[in-house]
Order: sequence, then C-alpha cells, then structure tokens
Amino acid sequence: MSEFLQFILAGMTVGAIYSVVALGFTMVFNASGVVNFAQGEFVMLGGMLTVYGMALGMPYSVAALFAVVATSLISVALYDFAIRPARGAPVYALIIITVGASILIRGLTKIAFGTGPRDLPPLLGDEPVRVAGAVILPQSMLVIASTLAIYLCLWLLLQKTLLGHAVVASANNRMAAQMVGIDVDVMTRFSFSLSAAIGAFSGILISPITLVSYDMGTMLALKGFAAAILGGMGSPLGAILGGVLVGLSEAMSAGYLSSQYKDATAFVIIILVLFVFPNGLVGKSGHERV
Amino acid sequence: MSVFESLRLSLHANGGVLALAGVMLFLPFLLTSDFHYRVIALVWIFSLAVVGLNILMGHTGVVSLGHGGFVGLGAYSVAVGPVLLGIPVWLSLLVGVLLGGFLALLIGKPLLRLKGHYLAAATLGFGILVFMLFSNEVRWTGGPDGMSVKRLNLFGWEVRGAQTWYWVGAGVLLVGAWMARNLERSPTGRALQAIHGSEVAAAITGVDVAGYKLIAFVLSALYATAAGAMMALMNGHVTPGIGDFLVSLQLLTMVVLGGMGSLLGAVVGAALLLVLPQFLTVVHDYEHAFIGLILIVCMIFLRSGIVPTLHARFRKYQ
Repeated sequence: MSEFLQFILAGMTVGAIYSVVALGFTMVFNASGVVNFAQGEFVMLGGMLTVYGMALGMPYSVAALFAVVATSLISVALYDFAIRPARGAPVYALIIITVGASILIRGLTKIAFGTGPRDLPPLLGDEPVRVAGAVILPQSMLVIASTLAIYLCLWLLLQKTLLGHAVVASANNRMAAQMVGIDVDVMTRFSFSLSAAIGAFSGILISPITLVSYDMGTMLALKGFAAAILGGMGSPLGAILGGVLVGLSEAMSAGYLSSQYKDATAFVIIILVLFVFPNGLVGKSGHERV
Repeated sequence: MSVFESLRLSLHANGGVLALAGVMLFLPFLLTSDFHYRVIALVWIFSLAVVGLNILMGHTGVVSLGHGGFVGLGAYSVAVGPVLLGIPVWLSLLVGVLLGGFLALLIGKPLLRLKGHYLAAATLGFGILVFMLFSNEVRWTGGPDGMSVKRLNLFGWEVRGAQTWYWVGAGVLLVGAWMARNLERSPTGRALQAIHGSEVAAAITGVDVAGYKLIAFVLSALYATAAGAMMALMNGHVTPGIGDFLVSLQLLTMVVLGGMGSLLGAVVGAALLLVLPQFLTVVHDYEHAFIGLILIVCMIFLRSGIVPTLHARFRKYQ
C-alpha cells in the first residue's frame, strides 16, 4: 500500500509538469490555432537559463526571473519571426515550423551549455517528508502546489480581468475581437509569452528533482501533448487533469510494469484517447468546415 | 503512336531519373578519396528514404515525425538476423524490408485516422518508441553501444568499401526513384495528389482516402527500411542513433528543403544536408540548430522547396 502511495506521489509530481506543458499547449492553441511543439523546450530553457544565471553570479531569485523573462521573449520571437509570417499556411507547414523551432532551440542550447545534465539546488531543502509510509520531497510538494497556483492565477486572469477577457475574445473570434478594438496580435503575443513563462517557471522548480538537459524538451512536449489531448485540446482545466493522469499512469506503469518503457505510456495514451474520446475528457465536439 | 513518340514521352516522364543517372555516372570524376565516395554513397541511401517519405508527405500531405523508426528497423533487421538468428544477410535484408512494410500496415491503419497535429504527434511517439526499443533490449541489440553488422555477401561477392557502396546505393536509388516516378503518374499517384489538395474533395470524387493514405504510408516505410538496412550494411555497425528523432527530422528537412513532391528535390535536399556539414565545420557543429533553421526558413520563404521553385522560375523565362 505504501508502495502504491509512493507511485501516486511520484506520478503527481511529474504529472504537475506535464500539466503545465499541456496548459502551455492549450493557451497557444487557443490563441493561434497552432500546436507549439517547442513547448517542452521552454521548460528546459527555464532550468537551463537559471543554471546559467547562477553561474554568472546572480542570486537564485534573480537568475530565475531572468530565465522566465528570457524564455518569454524567445517565445514572442518565435511567434513574430516564425509563426506570424506563416499565417494562413497549411497545417503541415505550421507543424514543421514549430518542430523546427524546437530543434533550433535544442541545438543552440547544446552548443551554449553542453550536453551534460545540470542541477539546481532545491528550494525547501532535500529532507524527504514521510506520508503514511511513503516519502515525498519538499520540492515535489512545491511543484504540485505551484502548478495549482499557476492554474488558479490563470483562471483569475482569464475570468476576472479585462486583459483576460481580451485574450479569450481574441481566441474565440479574431475578427470580432478586432472589431471591438482589441489588438489581436498583442493578445496572441501575450499568450505565447505567458505559455513560455509558466513553462520556464515549472522548469526551474522541477530541475532539482529531474535535472535539466538540453534534450529533455521533446519528451516533455510529447507527454504534455498527450495530457492536452487527454483533457481535450483547448481546455485549461482539461490540461491540468490530463497532465496528472498522464503522470499517474506513467508512474504506475514504471512501478508495476517496466521502468524502461515508462516513456511509452504517453504514446499509448495519445493513441487510446484519440480513438476512445476524440474530443478529450472535457472537450467539446466540433466539425471541420470545408 | 510511333515507337519514337512513346520513347520521347517516356524520356520526358523519366527525365528526372535520367538526369540523376547522368549525375551518378559523372560524379566519380570529381571524387578523389574514399571519404568522398562514402559521403555520396550516404547521400544516395538517404535519398532513397527521402524519395519514399516524399510519397507520403509531398504527394499526400501527411507529415511524419517518426520515419527514423523505420530506418532503425531496417538497420537492426540486417544486424540482428545474421548475428543472433543465423539468417543469411540477404534474407534478413528482405525480411527486414517486408517487416517494415508490415509494421507500417499495422500501425498505419489506426494512426492515419488522425489528422494534422495529432498525426504528427503520434508519428513522433512511434519513432521514440522504436528508438526506446533498440536502446533498451540490450540482449538483442547491444543497447546504446550498438552491435556490429555482418557484411552482405552476394554469390561470393562481398559488398564492402566506399566505392562499391557508391554504385550499389546509386543503383538502388535509381530503381526506387523510377518506381516512385511511375507511381506518381499512375491512378494511385493522382489519387494521392487529390488527397493532398483536399481530403474532402477527394473523398467526394470517390477516392478511398484512408486506403490510399495507408498505401503511401506503407510505401514510404518500405523505402525507409531499405535505406536503414543499407546504411547498417555499409557502416558495418549499428547504434540506436541510426533511427532516432534527429534522423526523422533530417529526413523531414530533406523533403522540405528539396521540395515536397519533387523527385530530384529529394536528392538535392539529401545532398545539401549531408554534404554541407563535411565542408563547413560551422554547419557540422551547429547541426541541430541548422536543421531547425532550415525547417523554419523553408516553411516561411520557400514553401515549395528548392527544385520546384527553380523549375517554376526557369519556365517563366522560357
């Protein structure tokens, strides 16, 4: 039983990160109709740039802030230089562009920071806490709590503020939003930067647990994508739930089936979900218009 | 139609293949070392996989981020078969390619029901899954260190050496390119192009969209598996890296750079991506970043790729 609980805790921790990646997918998808395959790289950049900032002598908090801001700017650059010029392009072109961006970021990171995994010190010490026979790192609790906080803040932003309403309006109907005076481009840019910022933020928090290496982004993107479609692409709540479910099923399969093939879980989920619930758990159904 | 007329038409139709054959015959005059031969042999072999991927992407409009998986499957078939199962190399090659096609048939049926981003993510997952298999099944594949590959032996003639592989690669590519060209001009090829244009419109005119997509997927897998097997046989050694995500992206970049749907474009894309890093060390060091940049720039500024763009320009001046 304590073993089972241990797997649950492990699953919740990684699941929290998948949730954030899925949330990023969702925000960008809603704002621009693009699935940004570079979403996983933002998480990596968060951790990597913080390591870099600290190596330059910045204190932890300043380095973290630097990492988050830099990652957001990179995301905005991605939108302005790669996605906006290709507006109206067929889906395959958009896929290739974001995949290209993902490998570009990965390649530059590799050259700048090397291939070895990097480490960040945990924020709340590394003394594990005992919970009913299982142990959990304080950092893991921080990861889970901050994911919930991110979701809450995002919900408040989108539901309660004028800026949030403008974002939702732009996502819903570009032209109508433009007609009531919303600068749709600015809103899309905002969504891109916010999705990158939360990714980078989680990247910083997860680095002490999983380490950060230049090539972790692809796997995160794949799992985040699995989470996003499990929750129904475009639904923020679904993204959170989907992430936790992907994390849990991964931890369970690692614990009870095979730790070598735990990464296959995300793939199996993608396939199963798309056949059983083509619109996700919380998504709405839609029709393609010709 | 006179004999000459049909010959002229056939020449016109296969002009690309003939031009390619010409280049293959002429190029050895410029190659001065075994290293050059090796690089170009690799270009031919990669081109074979790209020609195949082009059937799927260029003609049907399906993006695959996982064809490296098929390359890896081909490579490990010729590695595992002779060493661990005692199957002759040539038979392993044959079985490997058939296995690739069969696997494509098996996973293609469910995967191709997906569209756009979903399909891309699913193929990405497939590629990673295959890579994981080769890295983890140490007993069979030697794990991350890889394993050595027995040389191909045809009727007492051992196929080895850079120059030999130059000609073997060239020959197989010519056959593959010629078949792809014929496919393009067949009813099947036209059906695939209709699907690229608009799936709905194709379905309305009676094209079995799912069926034809599956055909294209299986064909592209056959090409990729064959290319992977040849790579392994030429190198004499395989590691899981032969079919990793980067290879999938390399193949994708070659298609996009040369020109989606263009036969010569496939070879031009492969050549640029493989030869450039040999001369420009900058490109070599920045390989990932370079590939990423090409993908982005092509999709924004040169969406139809180098060869079709040049072709259109040339026509205009005529």
